[in-house]
Amino acid sequence: MSKITLKVNQKSHSHDVEPRTLLAHYLREQLSLTGTHIGCDTSSCGSCTVHMDGMAVKSCTILAVQADGSEITTIEGLAPNGQLHAVQQGFKECHGLQCGFCTTGMIMAAADLLERNPDPSEEDIRHGLEGNFCRCTGYHNIVRSVQWAAKSMSELVN
Amino acid sequence: MSNKYIGQSVKRVEDKRFITGKGRYTDDIKLLGMTHASFVRSPYAHARVTSIDISAAESMPGVVAIFTGDDIKETGIVGVPTGWQVNFKNGDTMKEPPHPLLIATGSTAKHIGDPVAVVIAETYAQAVDAAEAVEVDWEDLEAVTDPFKATQEGATLVHDDSPGNLAFDWELGNPLDEVNAAIDASAHVTTLEFVNQRMVPNAIEPRSYIGHYDEVSDKYTLYTSTQNPHLIRLLMCAFVLGLPEHKVRVLGPDVGGGFGSKIFHYTEEALVTWASQQTKRPIKWTETRSEAFMLDAHGRDHVTKAEMGFDGEGNVKALRIKTYANLGAYLSTFGPAVPTYLHGTLLQGLYTTPKIHIDLCGVFTHTVAVDAYRGAGRPEATYLLERLMDLAALEMGKDPVELRKQNFIPAFDGVEQPGYQTQVALQYDSGNYHGVVDKAMKMLDYKKFREMQQEAAQNGKLLGVGFSTYIEACGIAPSAVVGSLGARAGLYESAQVRVQPTGKVSVYSGSHSHGQGHETTFAQIVADKFGIPMEDVDIVHGDSDAVAFGMGTYGSRSLAVGGSAIMKSIDKVLEKGAKIAAHKLECAADDLEFAEGKWTVKGTDKHIGFGDVALTAYVPHVYPEGLEPGLDFASFYDPANFTYPFGCHIAVVEVDKETGKVKLQRFIAVDDVGNVINPMIVDGQIHGGLAQGIGQALLEGAIYDDYGQLVNGSYMDYAMPRADDLPMFELDRQETPCPHNPLGVKGAGEAGTIGSTPAVVNAVIDALWSGGHKVKDIAMPLTGERVWRAMQSS
Repeated sequence: MSKITLKVNQKSHSHDVEPRTLLAHYLREQLSLTGTHIGCDTSSCGSCTVHMDGMAVKSCTILAVQADGSEITTIEGLAPNGQLHAVQQGFKECHGLQCGFCTTGMIMAAADLLERNPDPSEEDIRHGLEGNFCRCTGYHNIVRSVQWAAKSMSELVN
Repeated sequence: MSNKYIGQSVKRVEDKRFITGKGRYTDDIKLLGMTHASFVRSPYAHARVTSIDISAAESMPGVVAIFTGDDIKETGIVGVPTGWQVNFKNGDTMKEPPHPLLIATGSTAKHIGDPVAVVIAETYAQAVDAAEAVEVDWEDLEAVTDPFKATQEGATLVHDDSPGNLAFDWELGNPLDEVNAAIDASAHVTTLEFVNQRMVPNAIEPRSYIGHYDEVSDKYTLYTSTQNPHLIRLLMCAFVLGLPEHKVRVLGPDVGGGFGSKIFHYTEEALVTWASQQTKRPIKWTETRSEAFMLDAHGRDHVTKAEMGFDGEGNVKALRIKTYANLGAYLSTFGPAVPTYLHGTLLQGLYTTPKIHIDLCGVFTHTVAVDAYRGAGRPEATYLLERLMDLAALEMGKDPVELRKQNFIPAFDGVEQPGYQTQVALQYDSGNYHGVVDKAMKMLDYKKFREMQQEAAQNGKLLGVGFSTYIEACGIAPSAVVGSLGARAGLYESAQVRVQPTGKVSVYSGSHSHGQGHETTFAQIVADKFGIPMEDVDIVHGDSDAVAFGMGTYGSRSLAVGGSAIMKSIDKVLEKGAKIAAHKLECAADDLEFAEGKWTVKGTDKHIGFGDVALTAYVPHVYPEGLEPGLDFASFYDPANFTYPFGCHIAVVEVDKETGKVKLQRFIAVDDVGNVINPMIVDGQIHGGLAQGIGQALLEGAIYDDYGQLVNGSYMDYAMPRADDLPMFELDRQETPCPHNPLGVKGAGEAGTIGSTPAVVNAVIDALWSGGHKVKDIAMPLTGERVWRAMQSS
C-alpha cells in the first residue's frame, strides 16, 4: 500500500492505495465519483477523461500514486456552484449526447480543448476529440455542441 | 387538439444527469457486502477441458467462492435458450444445441472466451488474481470460423449433432424453378459474390451485471445493462434457472448504448444471479473491453452470391440469392431470426421485382454468437440490393438513379391505396419512394456533381458519388405474424398511464431507453394529449417491479409499439375522465370536448380542468354512480403490421490515387420515418446510425484467424469511426404517416445504418470508374490498402 494525498474537485483526500490502482478506479471506487466512466482497457476510448493539474488526461492511463500531490477535476467538479460549464450547456442545447456514457469524458476533453484553443475550427474540434469514442451521435452534434460552447464562452469574455 | 410539444425539438429531460456525471449505470451501483466476479475463459476457439484445478485459487486472498462447469452441470442447469425457431426448408427441426453457462470437464469450449469457471472475491482485483491461478488443461482442437467453409465436407464440427454445421437451411420467396427460369430469360444478369463482414457492436458501456439474492425476502434482484429487462427476467426465470418470476426483479438502470448487443440474454446474467443465491452475497461482474470484443454478440457475417436479372429495358425481372450466414457457436436470443425473417423478407427492397428466391444456410462456427446489430438483417438486404443496382447500372451503361426509379414501387398511402404485397411475405404499409430520391438529388445537385467529377478526373483526382435507397421493417412486431415465423414470444408492448390525484402523470413503459430519449419523447406525447406541462409527466422504465411487462427496445420499436401502448392508455384516461367531467358539469359525456387540458361543454364556456377531474377520481365524493375511483390505466398494444421506414442516402467521396485512402466528403440522407415527435432526437438517431453504417463501409470488421483467434479484439486494432473520420451530415425528411398505428410513426433507430453502407461503397466504385479503373467490387471495409490494390489490379 502507498499513501497518496491529492485534491479532487477542490477537496483534499488522503488514502492508502495499492500501487497498481489506476486513477480511474480510485476515483470511482474510493471516492464514489462514478461520473468518470471506464469504457476500455487500452486507453483508447477517452470515457475516463479528467483534468489533472489543468490538463485533460485519461485517468485509466495514470496510476493513483502518480496523481499524488496533484489537483484533479472530474465531471462532478466542472460545475461547482451548480452553474453548468459552457460545454455542459452546449451538449444539452445541441443534443450532443444520447446514452451519456462517453459524454462525461467527451465534455472534459472538450473543455480542455477550448481552454487551449478558444476559437477552434470544425477540423480543430474533430482532431481535438479524436481520442474520445462516441458510438451514438456520429459526432455531428458533439461538434456542434463544442462550437456552441466556444461561441458562448467568447461572448462571455467580450 | 393543439400540439405544444409534439413535432418540436424539445431539449432532452434526461440530459442533466448525464452531463453532470450523475447518470447511474450498473457498474456505478454498489450494494452492501457486494463481491466481484472474474471468469476463467478459453484461450482457444475449440478445445476440450480435460481437467480443471481450483485448489491454488481457492486459497488466494479474498476468494469467496469458485464455481466450475462441473458445479453447474450438477445443478441440471442446461444453459441459455434462443428465442426463435427457424426450421429447415424440408421441415426438419432447427438444430438447437445447448449453450451452457460454464464449460464442464470433458466438454469443449466453442469460441474464444467461452467460460469454464467463475471466481467470486471481495474485490475485483482479488477475483482477477485468483482467476489467473485456476489451472485448466486443454486439448486444443481444430476450429472453423468461415460460414461457407464450415458447411463443406470434412469441416470440423462445432456440435456433434449438427452435420455440415447447419442450424437450418431455409428458403423464402417464389418457387426456385420459376426464379431460375426468369434469370435464364433475362437480357442481362448482374452477379455479385461478396462477404458482408462481421461487425462488433461496441456500445461504449461494457456489459455489467449485479446479482443479488436476499435471504430475508427470498427474492432475487438482477441489475443489468440490458435493452429489455422483462425479457431477461422471462428467459432467465422460465428457461434457464427455473426461478419463480414473482420472486425476481430485473432492473435496467442507465444503459450506455446497446445497438442490439444488449437485447440478448447472456450466460453471465444468469450466472451472477444463481451464484448470489449460492454465496448469499451480491455479485457484480463488469466485462473488460477485451471481453466485450470476445463475447458481446457480433453482427452481419454473410457470405453471399446474388444475381439480379433485367430485361432489355432495364426492368428487374428476378433476384436469386444464396447466402451462408454465420450464427457463431451458439444460437443467441434473436440469432436465427436475423438472417431469415429480418433479412430474407426485405429482399423486395423498393422494387417491383416479380420473382425472388433466397436460400440461406444458418451455420455454426467456432466464433462468438452472431445476432442483431443495429439494423439486424436489413442492412445486409439493403447492401445486397443496392450494390447490385449500382453495378447493374455500370454494366448496362445506365444512370444508377434512373435505373432505380424505373423499378420503384409507385407511391401508396396504405389508406386509399392498399399496402404493397411483396414476394417475400411482407406487406408494406405506405410509401413514396420517388419523393425521397428527388429531395436527396436536389440536395446533391447531381448535374453539377457530374461536371465536378469530370473536371476532377481531368486533374487526376478521383471523385465519386454513390446512391442507396432502402426500406426496413420496424416496429416489431405483430405477435401472430412473428409467432407463425418461429418467434417464441409475442412482440407487443405495455404501458401504464397513472394520473396522480394532483393531476401529475407517471407513465410506466415496457420500452427501455439507452440513448433514445424516451423520457423526453414519451413525455411530449403525454403532455400534449392531456394539455399539461411536460414537467408534470414522469416516464418510468427499466424496472420489472414498477412496470407491468415489457418486450423492450430494439428493431426501432419503442415509439411505434411502446408509444402506441401509451396512446391506448391515454385514450382510456380521457374516456373515463370525460365521464367524471360530465358528472361534475351535469351533462352527457358526448356533450364535452377535451382541449387545452380541460373538458368543455360544447358551445359554452362551462369547463372543468384535467387536475380537477384527477382529484375527483381520487376523492370521489361527487362521482358518477357505478364508476370505480382512480385514474390509472394499463394497456398492451400489439401492432397490426410492421412499419416500413424508407429513404435515400447519397455519399460523395474522394479517393487518393496514391494511397487508396477514401475521404468521405459529403453524406446526404433523406429519410421517411413517418410522423416525427421530436425532430432533434430523430436527427440524432439518424446521425448515429450513419456513423455505424459508414464505419462498416470504410473502417470496421472483426477478423478471426484460421485458429479462431480474434485478431483485432481491442480498440487499438478494431477501427471504429472517430470524430475526424466523418463529415457533418446533410439531412432532410419526408413524412409519410404509418396508417396503422395511432401516432403514424415508423421508427428511426436503424434507418441511418441500413441505408448508408452501400452508398459509401458505391461512391468509391464510382470514383474508381471515373479514373478508368473498372473495378466491380471491393471487400468491406474499404481501407486504403484494399482500394489501392483494387486500382492496381484493374
